[in-house]
Amino acid sequence: MALLQISEPGMAPAPHQRRLAVGIDLGTTNSLVATVRNGVAEALPDEEGRVLLPSAVRYRDDGTASIGHDALANRASDPRNTIVSVKRLMGRGRSEIGSDHEIARRYDLVDGRADESDQIRIATRAGIKSPVEVSAEILATLRQRAEDTLGDELVGAVITVPAYFDDAQRQATKDAARLAGLNVLRLLNEPTAAAVAYGLDNAVEGTYAVYDLGGGTFDLSILKLTKGVFEVLATGGDTALGGDDFDARLADLALESANIDRSTLDDAEHARLAAHARAAKEELSDALIVDVVFDAGGSRRHASVSRDAFARATADLVERTAVVARRTLRDAGLAAADVRGVVLVGGATRMPHVRTAVEALFGRAPLTDLDPDRVVALGAALQANALSGNRPAGSDDWLLLDVLPLSLGVETMGGLVEKIIARNSTIPVARAQEFTTFKDGQSAMAIHVVQGERELVSDCRSLARFELRGIPPMVAGAARIRVTYQVDADGLLSVTAEELATNVAAHVVVKPSYGLGDDEVARMLRESFDAADSDMRARALREQQVEAGRLVAATESALATDAALLDDAEVRTMRCQLDATRAAAAGGDHAAIKDAIDALARGTERFAALRMDAGVRRALAGKRLDEIV
Amino acid sequence: MDIHSDHFTLFGLPIGFAIDRHALDRAYRALQSEVHPDRFVSAGAAEQRRAMQWATKANEAYRVLRDPLQRAIYLCALEGDDPKDERRTDMPQDFLMAQLEWRETLDAARDAKDRDALEGLRTELDARRAALVAEVHDAIDRDDDVAKASALVRQWLFVERFGEDVHAALDRDAASVA
Repeated sequence: MALLQISEPGMAPAPHQRRLAVGIDLGTTNSLVATVRNGVAEALPDEEGRVLLPSAVRYRDDGTASIGHDALANRASDPRNTIVSVKRLMGRGRSEIGSDHEIARRYDLVDGRADESDQIRIATRAGIKSPVEVSAEILATLRQRAEDTLGDELVGAVITVPAYFDDAQRQATKDAARLAGLNVLRLLNEPTAAAVAYGLDNAVEGTYAVYDLGGGTFDLSILKLTKGVFEVLATGGDTALGGDDFDARLADLALESANIDRSTLDDAEHARLAAHARAAKEELSDALIVDVVFDAGGSRRHASVSRDAFARATADLVERTAVVARRTLRDAGLAAADVRGVVLVGGATRMPHVRTAVEALFGRAPLTDLDPDRVVALGAALQANALSGNRPAGSDDWLLLDVLPLSLGVETMGGLVEKIIARNSTIPVARAQEFTTFKDGQSAMAIHVVQGERELVSDCRSLARFELRGIPPMVAGAARIRVTYQVDADGLLSVTAEELATNVAAHVVVKPSYGLGDDEVARMLRESFDAADSDMRARALREQQVEAGRLVAATESALATDAALLDDAEVRTMRCQLDATRAAAAGGDHAAIKDAIDALARGTERFAALRMDAGVRRALAGKRLDEIV
Repeated sequence: MDIHSDHFTLFGLPIGFAIDRHALDRAYRALQSEVHPDRFVSAGAAEQRRAMQWATKANEAYRVLRDPLQRAIYLCALEGDDPKDERRTDMPQDFLMAQLEWRETLDAARDAKDRDALEGLRTELDARRAALVAEVHDAIDRDDDVAKASALVRQWLFVERFGEDVHAALDRDAASVA
């Protein structure tokens, strides 16, 4: 029998206290936060009972920001300082947005300096803002809502992203969460989150498709559910297709029917028309015809739009989703008839002609018994609860196996792409490649990593340039540099390099093509520290104490079950490091705590490997960990 | 068994071309349930790194073993005769002749937009692939003849790549009809 664990007074959480974790759906149009209480996932409302937070941020005159309903209500009167649909800009480059692009018309975009990455920067009256910072405002609002509702700090959050987000877009989302003070437990693909909520609710088995048409992105994932394992077989999508595009078409129809040229509308009138078009689109899900009232050039106009006309005007958008669905089925090696059910996600799937198209595509009526606005956040909350250690033992146990949505490659001679990791590879995944030097004494080389399916570098997304430095001097062609591309469980890429002849680890310097560099994120965090200095210092200390407590608890629990894997001297050393970490955590010096944590982490490295290997042997002997006494 | 074991040993399966797919699926899920990084979110950095290495290894092994061609390539390489070794280009005369004929058929059918000819070519390739699979199976599991298996796998690789060209031609044809 395992020994009872008794914690140091003041260090451990109270018995049975749950580790508070949330799931956040950071949407193009709306965002929301959910958590698991009493075994049930529920979305958390604000003080006025509203669950959905509009993904809108308005920068006010005094430099502060208003977020959500308030920002949206003032959008028409202050369109250039009110950022909406910022998700469409995450991880995108300034050079990818032409001057006639809708975004460039709507906001004042600034070009970065030559030494900065190509990310989008928006000039507001509160200063220049990146999409990461705007998203961080939304995430921080939801974090605050959760902490106020639940009455304690969060241990972490699962943040959802479109399955088809590339590496730059994922990294930008993770950076935004860090800026918002959230510990990211995992980035989870939105369709996978929906499948978790649906699958656990209905205890389904078999192959399912998730059709997720959000405000600005479209995803289609095909999953196989087997005894609690959610295995994504293939995923496809379009990160520039969503409900926003349907709104724009409806606005065009209204202008056309009233015979108005778009250029006669000013900024405020544009913003109001967009809002009315969205409302009209929602009405058309129930009504056969709607009236759209809007202002153009200072005078009031009326237009009526029928459901049929709207369906015709958006047929090409719906067909784009069908093309993606067919390709994804083929990637999964399946026919539409193999799919047992189609789960609809995203508010845009309420449109009747979208539902009809899905039914035609799969030959069966889609499943609509879950709220398409909430299902992603609920799935994320279930996963956050499981990841943070509140996983109930036994039958509720599950595992998610997700995939890389887009192939990763490197640039070769002539601007061609050599694929390194194929799309739909189950993550985590790694591949190694060997390079050699071109000149005598060459000590550095550059690797350009791109993502996409096309053969030319110029047709793929540039992710980053990795510079390998510190290659030992040798004659040309003698060095053997092995570069390893590792994609982790968040779908994020990291690159390491090693010279094989001398075993020297080459130093890898990453220059992201669009996102923020690590030092830029560090600077932003520092600036927010300066803004509320004492507050943040207290927070940093608290974070280190929590981290120390977590590591001490994890190590104690590992020793309680597996100390037999170590010899006595190793156990004694580890106990000393545990005592040192506990002592440091009781003090107020966050740097000292960090040092103690690092020492303990290093000291437990071998133990971790031994425990993992033992766990694997047990797993393959057909026994579960909890059956081993 | 450890993280450096071969893919078969990793999943507790006998080394061979014939595989018990259910046992493979079961072992893969059991292993991932144990080592996946989602199981180590609140563990220390060392354990998290180890979990990622194990889960990466399990995914790679599963990808290779569940696909017959990848499995055959892996088995030959394991026995020291990698079919993808670029120095090995020898092909039997009759297979080279068949390659030439297939190429000519594809080019002619593509130019003439002859869908029936493309479908016919696909059927012929499917039959050749099935025959190669059976031969590879015998060469590895019955005769233990790696050199022969490796030579057959090289033919199989050609059939697979050429089959993609035929598929692409059929897709283009379907697109131009639609």
